[in-house]
Amino acid sequence: MAYVVPRPNLTWKEKIYLPSIVAGMAITFKHLKRMIKGETHVVMQYPEEKWDKSMPDHYRGAPTLVTDEHGRERCVACQLCEFICPPRAITIKPEEIPADNKFAKVEKRPKEFEIDMIRCIYCGLCEEVCPEQAIFLRKDYAITGITRAEMVHDKAKLYELGGVFTGLVNKWNPKK
Amino acid sequence: MDFLTSSDFWFLSLTSLAKTIFLIFLVVLPMVSYTVYAERRVSALIQDRVGPNRTGFPTSLIPGFTKDFSPFLGGLGQPVADAVKFLLKEDFVPGHVNKLYFWLAPCLAMMPAIVTLAAIPFGSEFLGVKMVVADINVGLLFMFAISSVSVYGIVLAGWSSNSKYPFLGGIRSTSQMISYELCMGLSAVPVLLVCGSTGLSSIVNYQVREGWLLAPFTNGGLSFREIALWVPIIIAFITFTISMFAETNRLPFDLPESETELVAGYHTEYSSMKFALFFLGEYTAMIAGSALIVVLFLGGWHLPFIPDGAGQGGLNFLHAIPSWIWGLVNITAFFAKVAVLLLVFIWIRWTLPRFRYDQLMKLGWLYLFEIALVNIFLTAGILAFTK
Repeated sequence: MAYVVPRPNLTWKEKIYLPSIVAGMAITFKHLKRMIKGETHVVMQYPEEKWDKSMPDHYRGAPTLVTDEHGRERCVACQLCEFICPPRAITIKPEEIPADNKFAKVEKRPKEFEIDMIRCIYCGLCEEVCPEQAIFLRKDYAITGITRAEMVHDKAKLYELGGVFTGLVNKWNPKK
Repeated sequence: MDFLTSSDFWFLSLTSLAKTIFLIFLVVLPMVSYTVYAERRVSALIQDRVGPNRTGFPTSLIPGFTKDFSPFLGGLGQPVADAVKFLLKEDFVPGHVNKLYFWLAPCLAMMPAIVTLAAIPFGSEFLGVKMVVADINVGLLFMFAISSVSVYGIVLAGWSSNSKYPFLGGIRSTSQMISYELCMGLSAVPVLLVCGSTGLSSIVNYQVREGWLLAPFTNGGLSFREIALWVPIIIAFITFTISMFAETNRLPFDLPESETELVAGYHTEYSSMKFALFFLGEYTAMIAGSALIVVLFLGGWHLPFIPDGAGQGGLNFLHAIPSWIWGLVNITAFFAKVAVLLLVFIWIRWTLPRFRYDQLMKLGWLYLFEIALVNIFLTAGILAFTK
């Protein structure tokens, strides 16, 4: 069924159109004035202003490796993160911890631990799957580089970003 | 032959050359590039954005400087960066175009806009030289004649591009400019009736004597005749300004290049410097249009309390200042008025939506044309009865 939209009856003021132009210009001028006076909330000017301070604790930034309070690297090279990683960004080469080492009873550690930050999708599955709580997504978000090789974080870089994490897993600590 | 060897000839040609160079390279082209910057910045501010505020002048490239020079507003180097970008981009000519007209069109878009500036009196006198490149006594007709040539640039661009969107843009432009040219010419007639001349210099001189046409009180005092003439002059001003918007393809009449409908309209197929020429042409036409409005209605280079270069009018103590300074002040006053009008152009662009094509035609032919026509008789009547 046809539906007839009634045409609005315009007053002569609306018909000559000029008053509405002036009204419209008043509105845009109001916005201009508020912008110039700095009353409008605008976007963050990125390199000068950063939101690091207001970043939530659950923020998922770059994945990093952490050491515990005894200086032991927490990763035991179980490779669960390597297997779960959806874009296959993680590559681990495990090695055996030599017998004369202080932490010899842990038995295994990563010889090489590489995360390709071009591939990483910051999903956080590696953090979730890690039985040793060795890998954490930290708050670093500006991961840049000018070569592909530079974008691969090796073990040293990962520990540098991760730092020390205390508490949580204590099973490898020496018996009191 | 006598004229060619006389000192008059050399004086005239050298001063004309100096005036042309000053007008084009020192005033209009910088003004164009900063109008583009203002367009981007003001549009951003109106829409609650920030706009280009980063590009400074790269002084850090010069040894001894550590920082880029980025003065108060920020982004003032943007026009320079834009120009460099336009020059460095690949100038791509599609295979399906008509090469001759494709190359001719950008020149035809740019040149008329620049040529029209020749007749504009942009100052009174400076060091004894009249501040107008060509002081012809049919200045207004010259402006109309040359500015209507610029439609060929757009039409040729639309046609030679051999593709549908530019073609539609070209067609729209033709009919739009032809319809609004009539109205623009007719709405300038009341001004000619009042001033009694088509020479732009004499129109300005009339306004210096009798007060600006749009503000007749600027010479101090209002006569009955001036108040009576105010009505048709305001009507003429409104119709003239509206037709000027249509003539320069500015929103709300930017149908030839309506981005939302026709990609970019007539210059869709253009790139690099050829595209930049259309851009420059559009903005130069805007400046020429604003200058014409200033000359016809807003008293040209005249400011009420400033004596002109000849040293008449104004407050007495101001005459102690040498006349060349007033010459400069007059030039500044003229371009300040033009700049204000350009800001209004920009302001309106970011306020109003585009007209539909039939509405545009209806507005031009059924309203503005008739109003302008009746306005002529109104002015003539008032002039006849208040002599």
